[in-house]
Amino acid sequence: MISDIHQRSGYLFIGVMLAHVLLISAQVNSRSGVPVLESVTFGVFSEVQRALSGGVSGIRGVWGGYVGLRRAKNENEELKRRLAATEIALQEQRALADRTRGLEKLLEMREQLPLKTTGADIIGAAAAPDFRTVTIDKGSNHGLQTDMAVIAPAGVVGRVVVPSARSAKVQLLVDRNAAAGALIERSRAQGVVVGSGDERLQMDYVSEVSDVVAGDVVVTSGIDGIYPKGFVIGRVESVEKSGTAYRRITIKPAVDFRSIEEVLVVLKPPASDAGQGS
Amino acid sequence: MKAAGIIVAVAVALALQTTLSRMAVRSTVAVDLVLVVVVYVALTSGPATGLLTGTFAGLVQDALSSPVIGIGGLAKTIVGFLAGIIGSQFIVAQPLPRFVVFFGATVLHAIVFMGLYVLLGLRQFGTPYAAVAGQAAANAVIGVVAFQLVELLPGAVERRKAQRGRLRR
Repeated sequence: MISDIHQRSGYLFIGVMLAHVLLISAQVNSRSGVPVLESVTFGVFSEVQRALSGGVSGIRGVWGGYVGLRRAKNENEELKRRLAATEIALQEQRALADRTRGLEKLLEMREQLPLKTTGADIIGAAAAPDFRTVTIDKGSNHGLQTDMAVIAPAGVVGRVVVPSARSAKVQLLVDRNAAAGALIERSRAQGVVVGSGDERLQMDYVSEVSDVVAGDVVVTSGIDGIYPKGFVIGRVESVEKSGTAYRRITIKPAVDFRSIEEVLVVLKPPASDAGQGS
Repeated sequence: MKAAGIIVAVAVALALQTTLSRMAVRSTVAVDLVLVVVVYVALTSGPATGLLTGTFAGLVQDALSSPVIGIGGLAKTIVGFLAGIIGSQFIVAQPLPRFVVFFGATVLHAIVFMGLYVLLGLRQFGTPYAAVAGQAAANAVIGVVAFQLVELLPGAVERRKAQRGRLRR
């Protein structure tokens, strides 16, 4: 009961106090000349308006941010798609440029060679890992025949072993059954280059008295009747004694057989070389 | 009935106050009889009655003397409310506690009253400590005396009546 009375008195006190404040404010001017009641009222309502405006701005900002975020998400996904497409297009352009550069080299080589050649693209590799062959997109319809030399700007690639009408199988020089007449360009020491099945070549039948050192360039000799004379096969990587009258020479091929894409097929070797075939 | 008594008391206090207004120390009235009435009513009737009495008395006083109506009413409302709370929470039946309450109420009233005027830039009071202390002491003395008179007066009247009755026999 007593607390109830005190509570009522408290409410009454607060009410009377507010009434007094309003009464005083209505009569007194502030420093700016405006009645305090008006000034305080305006101040209070301006704060309310500021709070409301801030709240509305905040909500609008959050909503705008949310909408913007969704829009940005969609744009981001669209941009990612475009970027992916652009990257693919870029890769295509780069591949096209690489292919163009390769073809330019082939064209230059073709123009410089006193040989009749035709360009071909490699369209397939060997079906079995034991055979180092590739398939090119030119065949007998294009004049290809068995044992025609296949070359690239970097050097000798191999020979045509199975021509079909529109394609041909090319035995790479690194195949175990491949061989080519060769000589050391610097010392003119002759021998036979054979494939080993891996990424290296062996040069056999080189006399142990021959002048061969690592780094020497090995070129075709033309005596096999397949490869034109003077085409680069590779460089001597190591020279060992094989215990016989010959040396064991390992050659690093000039052509990177894993990345080759275009080749030239020598349709008709020079007459001088043709008669030297073995 | 009680309200009428309070109104009369305030009116009497105002009438006396207006006649005693010349007793000023600097710019502060030496005694505030209206405030004494407010504190007295608050101590005897509680905070609600105290604050209403303060409001009424203060507004009337403001209307009569102050350029701004409400400042005195506000001050007296606060004083009446707090004095009523003190009167309802503590036993204020001895002269000394009453003196302290009257003294403190006057100081509080002066602080609120002058503070509001200064705050609103309506008036300057200099250093009114002595004047406020003097007014507080005067109000306290008057308040304590008023209490004693009111409490003693009925008994004295009864005793006098009884004494007259014995003399007649």
